[in-house]
Amino acid sequence: MAEPLLQTVGLDAFYGDFQALFDVSVRFDEGEVVAIIGANGAGKSTLMRSITGLLGNCPEMVRHRGAPIGGLRADQIARLGIAMVPEGRQLFPSLSVEENLVIGGQVGRPGPWSLKTVYQLFPILGERRTQASTSLSGGQQQMVAIGRALMANPDLILFDEISLGLAPTVIKSIYEALPGIISTGVGAVVVEQDITKALGVSDRVYCLQEGRLSLEGSPASLTREDITRAYFGL
Amino acid sequence: MEWINSIVQGILVGGLYALFAAGLSLIFGVMRLVNIAHGDLIVFAAYLALTTITMTGVHPLLALLIVVPVMGLAGYALQRTILNRTLGDDILPPLLVTFGLSVILQNALLEIYTADPQKLNAGSFETQSLSIGGGLNIGLFPLLMFATAVLVIGGLQWVFYHSAIGRAFRATSDNQDVAQLMGLNKAHVYGLAMALSLAVVAIAGVFLGIRTSFDPAGGPGRLIFGFEAVIIGGLGNLWGTLAGGVILGVSQTIGAKIHPGWQLLAGHIAFLLVLAVRPRGLFPRIDDERG
Amino acid sequence: MSAVSGYRVVRSSTASRIAAGVAVVLIVALVAAPWWAGRADMRLMSELFLYLALASTWNLLAGYAGLVSVGQQAFVGFGGYILFALAIFAGVHPLVAVPLAGIAAAVVAMPVALLIFRLRGAYFAIGTWVVAEVFRLIFAQVASLGGGSGTSLPVGIVKAIARNRSAREAATYWMALGAVALVIGFVWLLLRSRSGLALTAIRDNERASAGLGIDIWRTKFLVYVASAGLTAAVGALIFLQKLRISPDAAFNVNDWTAFVIFIVVIGGIGTIEGPILGVLVFFLLRETLADLGTIYLMILGAVAIVIMLKAPKGLWGTFAARFDLELFPVKHRVVAEKE
Repeated sequence: MAEPLLQTVGLDAFYGDFQALFDVSVRFDEGEVVAIIGANGAGKSTLMRSITGLLGNCPEMVRHRGAPIGGLRADQIARLGIAMVPEGRQLFPSLSVEENLVIGGQVGRPGPWSLKTVYQLFPILGERRTQASTSLSGGQQQMVAIGRALMANPDLILFDEISLGLAPTVIKSIYEALPGIISTGVGAVVVEQDITKALGVSDRVYCLQEGRLSLEGSPASLTREDITRAYFGL
Repeated sequence: MEWINSIVQGILVGGLYALFAAGLSLIFGVMRLVNIAHGDLIVFAAYLALTTITMTGVHPLLALLIVVPVMGLAGYALQRTILNRTLGDDILPPLLVTFGLSVILQNALLEIYTADPQKLNAGSFETQSLSIGGGLNIGLFPLLMFATAVLVIGGLQWVFYHSAIGRAFRATSDNQDVAQLMGLNKAHVYGLAMALSLAVVAIAGVFLGIRTSFDPAGGPGRLIFGFEAVIIGGLGNLWGTLAGGVILGVSQTIGAKIHPGWQLLAGHIAFLLVLAVRPRGLFPRIDDERG
Repeated sequence: MSAVSGYRVVRSSTASRIAAGVAVVLIVALVAAPWWAGRADMRLMSELFLYLALASTWNLLAGYAGLVSVGQQAFVGFGGYILFALAIFAGVHPLVAVPLAGIAAAVVAMPVALLIFRLRGAYFAIGTWVVAEVFRLIFAQVASLGGGSGTSLPVGIVKAIARNRSAREAATYWMALGAVALVIGFVWLLLRSRSGLALTAIRDNERASAGLGIDIWRTKFLVYVASAGLTAAVGALIFLQKLRISPDAAFNVNDWTAFVIFIVVIGGIGTIEGPILGVLVFFLLRETLADLGTIYLMILGAVAIVIMLKAPKGLWGTFAARFDLELFPVKHRVVAEKE
């Protein structure tokens, strides 16, 4: 079997003395969509921060195509082709919409995504390209955040709770854009509290519960009971 | 007419104060660091120019070609070796480390150059003036100083809002975690910001040295002028800093006209007045709540 | 294994009890100094006491209230000048003028605080420096106190302290000892009180403490005013000993701010014991290195930088954190009681 695009091997993560993740092993292969579900505080964002390098780890615990990257800086990991749409959007307030997108392309990796194709995906952004990024609606900001991650032409995109704080119709339209993104061959990790959305879009799913992996499998093979049990730790 | 001449002089020296302030403001904007050694670095640049001139015999303004890059490199090194380690939520480390730096710089200069006041000699250019009818005289050198300040501030604005590195500065300042997700190495970005700041400090130092005599203990006074210009003008606004410098300069020359010993005091009083009445400065950036 | 039958809350520990015993012996010895110490030693000890008093006050300001001031020399000089003014123009007895100078400074500090509290963080620090500069420039204009070159304390006033020289030296020594004991005592009792708890909370996490309902602004304001008063009283004592004052000496950044900061940083910010250790280290360094002049100052600066980067809690702070030591009991501890 080929090396996974990205995997964690027995990942332990700490915030000071507090341990947030216990022996978490997940894998993401090229081009697949994996969902990570779990309640608030289960460790989903910690897992994302560990993978992207915002949280330091032992080098061997996070591997990119077999190579240990756990000790690398976040900007080094970004240059390897791993991009994140952060929880809460976190656009740069001092930058305009277009500048946010341009800075997403800072890593300079070649690929199908550019300002032109991002504006094709989200036309409304093209209309508001010079506006301050934070003057847009929540859904539009989410589009900017996604576009910003796409501009890096990554091999793997991490979507961290993209439905948080958005109206259902907005969430629906954002998830409708997802297939268009994934069809270009980029792998995706979808972190969600909304189980239905996550299961509907993914090939495989992991469930985290209080820092531990409680379930893994394909959406088709898992029952509602399995998931509820794993989610709440019952 | 004498009064008008004084006010014009005050306006022009305001350009120098704006130069003192620009580097300070830049660093605070990008990384929330206030460099207590800023004034001492300005004086250090003047001494660097002095040594350059002594060794090569060039005109002080030409010495800029050497002093600016050297200070820029020194700024990058300083940031990456020492100052990056002080950044974080606690305000004490950067303050105390730069304070220690200030003491080291002052005493190093004292040790190398002694306490004798020095001056950079720019020749007759220093005293030439332009006569604009009605008894109004404008010194050519002060005019150049002011024009340089305008150019530098304009240049910094351009860098900040129209260049890739400026984008990196703004992004890193907004959210350093997410900036790293964009592939920006924040240690490097901060290093570049300090390099730019000290490049401006170099320009300020050379102009200071030509305009007046300087000595190793002159740093704190320059830091205070720069700081007052920033506060009067308003945080986060470089053009405001120019206005702040001008107001400071004019206050000082008016004060001096009333009574020779009141020059510095008049400037401080203007600063305290603005602080009392408009604590955020006269032209603050609307979205800048940071202080 | 014995069961825990209950618990009690105490404030002292073995370490603090031992320290208390040592302190009593020490204080007795120090009070008796005029009988066993020589003149030069007494002067040195006075200087040490006064520096310790300044350092403890600065530590209260910066280490607990989070107000980093590089302008305390404003109040040192102010205290000195008010002492001279009261003694020379109002005929006040110098020893009475010392606390009066402190009170005057506290009053002046109130409008000053209102102004500079509009600045935050490092900008506040530079603001305090500007205030010191303003004080210096103003006092340099007062011709009756010597203007820019300063003045000396008239002989008559000097004699009013005590009739002969050794009595005077004992008197000023005891005042210095009394001052530092008062300052440290004040700081300790303050930190033990409710206000002190508020301060410690602010030191540890300002935002969280605001969430708990602690009036941050008021607490900081009171600490700033109290510090100004204490600093000025010490300043008055300093210049009473020197017998001479001038704007440059009174408002000298190096003497009254740089050295004080180094003492606190090296000893340990945010602890009562830190400045005590710091002042001992500082005087040791001074006695051994001061001949080096500027190099000595550069070494001080470098040491401060290294400590800030490698051991930001200072010598005492790092040591005490390791072993959870406290010589001045402030913290409440829960002690389990066994059956």
